Amino acid sequence: MEFDMNSAILFVIVGIIIAVITAQAVFFLVRSYRRGVKIGMDKRVLNKTIARSAVFTIAPAVSILVGIVALSQKLGLPLPWLRLSVIGSLSYEIVAAGVVEVVENASQYVSVALVMTAGMLVSMFLPLILGKKIHRGMVKINQKDKVWGGHFMTALFMGMISAFLGYVFGGVGSGSAGWIPVLVFFVSAIVMALCGLLLKKTGWKWINDYALPICIVIGMASAIPFNMWLG
Amino acid sequence: MKRQAKMRSFDDRTHLYGRIWGLVAAALILSYPFLSMAIFGASIDWKIVGTGLGIMAMYWVVGAVETFTYTPMLGSGGTYLGFVTGNLSNLKVPCALNCMEQAGVKSGTEEAEVISTMSIAVSSIVTMLVLVLGVIFISFLTPVLENETLAPAFDNVLPALFGGMAVVYISKNWKIAVMPCVLMLLVFIISSYITGGSDLASTLIGVMVPVGVLFTIGSARVMYKKGWLGERGDLPNAETAPEGKAENGDAPQGENGENKGE
Repeated sequence: MEFDMNSAILFVIVGIIIAVITAQAVFFLVRSYRRGVKIGMDKRVLNKTIARSAVFTIAPAVSILVGIVALSQKLGLPLPWLRLSVIGSLSYEIVAAGVVEVVENASQYVSVALVMTAGMLVSMFLPLILGKKIHRGMVKINQKDKVWGGHFMTALFMGMISAFLGYVFGGVGSGSAGWIPVLVFFVSAIVMALCGLLLKKTGWKWINDYALPICIVIGMASAIPFNMWLG
Repeated sequence: MKRQAKMRSFDDRTHLYGRIWGLVAAALILSYPFLSMAIFGASIDWKIVGTGLGIMAMYWVVGAVETFTYTPMLGSGGTYLGFVTGNLSNLKVPCALNCMEQAGVKSGTEEAEVISTMSIAVSSIVTMLVLVLGVIFISFLTPVLENETLAPAFDNVLPALFGGMAVVYISKNWKIAVMPCVLMLLVFIISSYITGGSDLASTLIGVMVPVGVLFTIGSARVMYKKGWLGERGDLPNAETAPEGKAENGDAPQGENGENKGE
């Protein structure tokens, strides 16, 4: 078959893979929902979780779509669509796709696809091998000392958040444009604090549900004027 | 006792199903380059693969680090699903943490496992839908998505996401947060001024997440042993609820009020 990065058969293959992985997500969603009901969780909490997750996801998902569009000029649509829908991360895929400057033939295409896929081998298999052991370890920590178990989980979250807080400041040495992410970060943080205050003053509980998506959208939008000013 | 046995068997089944689905997904994902080879009758250019070996090796390390860092946060079902669907740090982990926070469930409990798995599943489904629609309507959307004016907005998802999250978590856990935040700020700011750019930050983040996690666990352990985080649970007559919950700032509250967060 003649080489075409946007061949219909590639779309079909990617469509099948994504359909199977979506089925996995539906399987775990239904299973965990039923489990929640069975252990006595309020259905309203479960339903709200579904709504919150959906709303939360839209803005970051659109930014992933931007990555697909960017990569599609070099690799066609099916491969970036696959790589950014499953396991992949935009930062890795862009670097991995850079192993060749221009994809001109099928041999280059399959080689780039192999590099992009093989980079995720550890992420694919290690959780399958170690997931159970790590979870059992967490249960042991909790059983041994429940109070420390709570602090341990908080420390895990805070460790990750602190690293990304630092990351936001990681471009300040490059000049004024490097401060744009910092300003976006603070806009988002201020919006969150305002949501908290508004919730306290008014008691509007819906604010609680959508505070973080609101922060994300306002924060992202603020990057546009900041870029005009500092970019 | 019977209920405990049932819970264990549910957990065991989660691991079993997670592994089966994970293996099926891995086989399908890995098949793409080889199916492309068969369709186009092409062979692998080992020179290109060799060039990519360094990049692959770096991401194998990142993959290992992410496994140890994110697995305890996501619960069993969330882990298996999250690692298959990807985009962990920029979407799935913050989404799961936000939903657990909002639902007021305590990490490590079965309720948290349910909420985490559900949020990652919904997030995965919505992401797939957005991407499918995006691919279908790509010719209409490309001018918008590639618009130069809008580009800074799409480039700043992470700062916008973590700005809001930082307020919630730092205001509630400021004692645990102070030291790692100061350390990470110093590392990234100094490295940026030394290199005069932001390229190093993108490489550093993969390493600094586990460093930040280990440092935070270490410093929290020291504070806990010294009694700075409230009453200790390993001493006789100790309370079982973590003290950090009393530190609420102005961040929005969870559905279970005082039982949110940690």
